Amino acid sequence: MTFSPEFEQRFTEMLTHYPSKRSVLVPTLLYAQDEVGYLSDEAITEIAQRLQLTELDVRNVISYYSMLTTKPRGKYNVQVCTNIACILRGADDLWEHCQKKFGLRHKQTTPDGQFSIEEVECIGACSWAPAMQVNYDFHENLTKDKFDTILDGYKKKA
Amino acid sequence: MPDVNITVDGKKVTAPAGTLLIEACKTVGIEVPAFCYYPGLSLQGACRMCLVKVEKMPKLQTACTTVISEGMAVTTDHEEIHQARKSMVELLLGNHPLDCPVCDAGGECELQDMTFSYGASESKYTEAKNHKEEQQWSPVVFFDRPRCILCYRCVRVCDEAMDVAALGIQNRGSGSVIAPNMGDHLDCEECGMCIDICPVGALTSGAYRYKTRPWEMNHVATACTHCGDGCKTTLGVRRSETGMEIVRGDNRDKSGPNGDFLCVKGRYAFDFANRTDRLTQPLVRRNGKLVPVTWDEALTYVGQKLAEIRSQSGGASMGVIGSNRTTNEENYLLQKFARVVLQTNNIDHQRTADFAAFAAALAGRPDATASAREVFDAPAILLIGNDPTEQHPLLAYQIRNNVRLHKARLYVVNSESVKLRRQATLFSQIPSGSEAAFAAFLAGGDVANGANRDEWNALRDQLRKETGLVIAFGSELRGASIASLNKFALSVQGAKLICLADYANSRGAADMGVYPDLLPGYVPLIQGSKFKAEWGTLPDAAGLTLPGMVDAAKSCKLKALLVVGANPVFRMKLDPATFANSFLVVQDLFLSETAAVADVVLPAASAYEKSGTFTNTYGDVQLVKQAGEITGTKSDFEIIVRIAERMGYDVAKLVPFGSGSRADMGQSRGAQSGEADRHAVWLEAQGLELKMNPFDPTAVFDEIQRLVPGYQVSRLNLMAGNDQHTRLDQNGGGAVGDPALIQPANDGLFSSGSTGRYSKTLNTVMENRNRVEMPKVAAD
Repeated sequence: MTFSPEFEQRFTEMLTHYPSKRSVLVPTLLYAQDEVGYLSDEAITEIAQRLQLTELDVRNVISYYSMLTTKPRGKYNVQVCTNIACILRGADDLWEHCQKKFGLRHKQTTPDGQFSIEEVECIGACSWAPAMQVNYDFHENLTKDKFDTILDGYKKKA
Repeated sequence: MPDVNITVDGKKVTAPAGTLLIEACKTVGIEVPAFCYYPGLSLQGACRMCLVKVEKMPKLQTACTTVISEGMAVTTDHEEIHQARKSMVELLLGNHPLDCPVCDAGGECELQDMTFSYGASESKYTEAKNHKEEQQWSPVVFFDRPRCILCYRCVRVCDEAMDVAALGIQNRGSGSVIAPNMGDHLDCEECGMCIDICPVGALTSGAYRYKTRPWEMNHVATACTHCGDGCKTTLGVRRSETGMEIVRGDNRDKSGPNGDFLCVKGRYAFDFANRTDRLTQPLVRRNGKLVPVTWDEALTYVGQKLAEIRSQSGGASMGVIGSNRTTNEENYLLQKFARVVLQTNNIDHQRTADFAAFAAALAGRPDATASAREVFDAPAILLIGNDPTEQHPLLAYQIRNNVRLHKARLYVVNSESVKLRRQATLFSQIPSGSEAAFAAFLAGGDVANGANRDEWNALRDQLRKETGLVIAFGSELRGASIASLNKFALSVQGAKLICLADYANSRGAADMGVYPDLLPGYVPLIQGSKFKAEWGTLPDAAGLTLPGMVDAAKSCKLKALLVVGANPVFRMKLDPATFANSFLVVQDLFLSETAAVADVVLPAASAYEKSGTFTNTYGDVQLVKQAGEITGTKSDFEIIVRIAERMGYDVAKLVPFGSGSRADMGQSRGAQSGEADRHAVWLEAQGLELKMNPFDPTAVFDEIQRLVPGYQVSRLNLMAGNDQHTRLDQNGGGAVGDPALIQPANDGLFSSGSTGRYSKTLNTVMENRNRVEMPKVAAD
């Protein structure tokens, strides 16, 4: 399969940063996932070949990291943190609200493929808890209303 | 390495620097329990069972990853450690199904043993167990996930020791799971090492599972009957309706040159012996049909016919085809039978390597051959031709692990890009058929075409700088090429050679003189005075080779042919009518293509059902012990002796038995009962035990040791089950014959001559592979 020129440029450069080829596996997977939306079978085969690894090796690494996925996700992946700081400030209710709003459970995607929701571990925004991440963007000091407003913004973009 | 002194539980221990604490403890008899630690594999530190207290270290340390250092004071027996082990076992049993009563590993399970020795009698866990259904990953590999304790031994042995890497670990933490490379099944070499190394019953074998309880088996250590590598195998046997049934093959005690390694054939393909279509009654052709008769009838008929043909047409009109899978004693006896009873030199076997030329090249040169064990320790290895991964799994295993553990340098010269190139320091792909040219080049010749002149020159220069180089070559090199290779070996300090042949006792057949022109020990007929002194008159002229006998049969000159454990009709693709004018006697396990056209078929015991010795392709002789038993069969040894007897020959001259007519069995009761057994060990070790019947192979082994100097190995070691390297240099001059006589078997990992066809496991593995691979072809 082919990746974008940006991906290729990053990949070529990364190879020079590490003593062995397999070291670039994790960043490569992340970039590939950003581009394709998930780690497809073709992407896994391609990356395994490039890094001279077995596909099994690549799958082992993917399955280890919760941020890597082999299943398609929504265009916007809503990640609600439910670790200690967030939970103390109401993340439980927020996660409940999120599930009801979309009618989805953990790691499920809307039928139109626009949104998927996920309950995640600490995203490092404890000072502004409760917090969530939509793709790579942070949203902090959330309330149910604020959550709805933010999500409506994404719905418009979708 | 300098020695390091440490103290363990107050005991002083001295071990070389770099030794792991767990190993240092072993040397003074202190057991540190571990699941994930396995000698020879990379360190994992996963199971936390080996925790010990080390003075001045803040926490308990894992003994399997701690390297000893001077003055280290270690405690392995302490309340804190007991508590830690107890907790570890409790965690391991947290989701373990405890289905020991139906688990294959029950009774020989490391988790059971550890729980017994170190575990608690209760658990704080009250949660429901998380059950997962068992999965079948291949015809021989089954996975039961809840039983797995995640020691990762299987993953490491597959990747590191086998270089297959078909197993991985997916997910993490308590959700971790062993995963096969193809999602829900395995694509691998099916060696079963993962099953063998599994400390619990998580990986079980399709061939063995739910067949027996481990304690119901007896265990017999013998040699594998498949390829020429001669792995030692321990067969688990159990009483069955037909005698003794083999239910399992492994080598957990790591004895023998192979340690715990066995390939798919060694581990599963003993099942041919248990087949229900084994011949169990002699067959004689009457009115064109083979009909069952008694042994007495069959043997009398064969004896009379052979004696009649010998007196009417002479020995030259008779022929014998020997086997690559019968024992040394049987091979020796067979050629002796041909020469002294039938009075013919028309004896040959299917030659899969040119041992006669090998013996000729190496005559009088001591220490010129390497044993299977030496391949694991050699500093450098040159491999010319052959594909050991397919044809010599043990050789491939030894080479691979020598490179991995000892950093040996491997040079591979092959016409195919064989898998071992992945371990090679240097891989040179040469055109098919140019192996002989390469050997000539090594011996000092020049490259005919200039294509890879620089590469070859550089390789030769590098090889000459090596010391202790082991040179293994396939059947691509024959006759004069072997002499060239030996010439090169002489220019490398300490170089040793290995000639690779295909079957379990191909080397033995050659060593024992199953040749038309060579006596046992590669002694040419004209130099056979010491044999004549023992055996009496022998025919002088060289006999017919295997193709020669076939031609003689076609032109009706071969009046009688005895085929022992061979299948020339299948192997040489002969017209079944070839032997129509010969009196054909076949000794075999099955009604093979050759047996089907025979006049008399005698049901033989397989090599798992008799005793004797095998010599592997390296020249290591090993004990073969009877494991299985099929009622109605007889060993080829006994059959040959009985035929000789029916021909009116004095069997005492054939088999030197009966050196004493009475044996002192010692006291059978009281304080000294069993004294005969104790004497017997000593006597047998000295080769002095009484051979009280003519079917005792050790009687013939005595004669072999007397007349074949290369076989003068330690009897005591041999008896104890150790492989003993024979010496080719002390043998006769050998012969350089027609290279076309060498017909390699071309067996792969999943085939084994004409025997492999009768193995259910090998067949299912092959069918499964074909089924899996088909879609790929369609997509292409």
